[in-house]
Amino acid sequence: MQMTRGMRLKEAKDYVAGKLGVTPFDLSDPVVMTDVRNEHGFGRIHSYAISQPWQANQIEAKFNIARVLDVPINCVEKFKERTTPTGGAK
Amino acid sequence: MTNEARVPTRMGDGTFARLTRSEIRADLVAGSEAAVKRAKVPPLTDVELDHLLDIYASAARFTGVDVGDEIILSCDGTGMKTHASRIQDLQSYEQWMGADLLELCVGDYSLKVVRTILSYEAQYMHDALLCTVAPLQYGVMPNLGLYSKPDGPCDNWNELLPLGKIAEARAAQEEAVEMAVLDMVRLADSQYEAGADAIDWDTTGASGDPEFLAALRATAIIREKYPDLGVQLGMAGEFVLGMHGQLEWEGVRLAGLWPKEQLLLAQQAGATMFGPVVNVNTGKSCAWNIARAIALVKPCMEVATIPVHMNAGMGVGAVPMFVHAPADAVSRAAKSCVDLLHVDGL
Repeated sequence: MQMTRGMRLKEAKDYVAGKLGVTPFDLSDPVVMTDVRNEHGFGRIHSYAISQPWQANQIEAKFNIARVLDVPINCVEKFKERTTPTGGAK
Repeated sequence: MTNEARVPTRMGDGTFARLTRSEIRADLVAGSEAAVKRAKVPPLTDVELDHLLDIYASAARFTGVDVGDEIILSCDGTGMKTHASRIQDLQSYEQWMGADLLELCVGDYSLKVVRTILSYEAQYMHDALLCTVAPLQYGVMPNLGLYSKPDGPCDNWNELLPLGKIAEARAAQEEAVEMAVLDMVRLADSQYEAGADAIDWDTTGASGDPEFLAALRATAIIREKYPDLGVQLGMAGEFVLGMHGQLEWEGVRLAGLWPKEQLLLAQQAGATMFGPVVNVNTGKSCAWNIARAIALVKPCMEVATIPVHMNAGMGVGAVPMFVHAPADAVSRAAKSCVDLLHVDGL
């Protein structure tokens, strides 16, 4: 939210917390956020926590982040372009 | 002699000094006054000085912000083949260190070096984005000096200036600015196509006002072309050196600008994040340095509409000028910036 939207910290925390249904205070709490990340398919911080093959990770997680936070992510949009029948050819 | 207890605290070069609480407070006051004298900024208040005193007169090995006051940590150079491949480095930072954002770069880090390998870097960015989650930016330092002879095509203004060839030196810098702007935009073109989240102009202004101008011009062009591409503009120093002296952005002379004015121009150009820098005086205590740094950056925070990530690393932001920054000094500087400046990140 800061990097591509230029949001100040409070505004960014409020936005993300609102989309996730948690409080801004929760965002820095790994106990709360591990479950939240799992529930939404955001990938997990620790590599061993994503060992279940049915869980989203990496680019898959970014698709979920873009959808839940309602922000376009450049590489997700590019992924969609490149996986069309034209392969993203320009 | 004093009966006051002495606490271990650090000098700007990282060495320990044992100062009393009174001596630390005197250093804080002197640091604030040094900022007032140089940059004509308001001094820190007694409340602010007392808060810094509590942080710096503590004997604790480590300190931190209050729970709930956590900020975003930005960085440069997390993907530069430090211990494995560059992608593995990025994954390590993300999964082992919990990095808030990642940065792909090459070891040299200079724009002029990267310009020759844009397609390779874009392909690597493409691949890295597929296997990471955190926002990923591409970082370079504009390093305008490399555009001058013998490294680059422009006449060397650092050789011309001592000869009194002022006009020739200025012309050489202006020529280099044009080249750097083109290279910065081409880099952004290639990285945007790869899918990058942002571009990081790191240590902007290291070559003075022409380099700052190049970054501002490139940022404005990128903002126009790619409205959603982040641009982080981090400075090289607290004060824009007047290597040219006459360059302006939108009617504002660049030479001599302090953090507040730097930020205003970065915002105007379209940067999404700004990184002010205050250099460390190695002969003064960290307490002196943090008071000076906070006094210099505080006016910047009052007018910021974009996130401000103050630079707090080796030799800047009251972090000692030592390659292995002591955690006690780093954490004190970080807590001070969060508590007093309310920075959006570091």
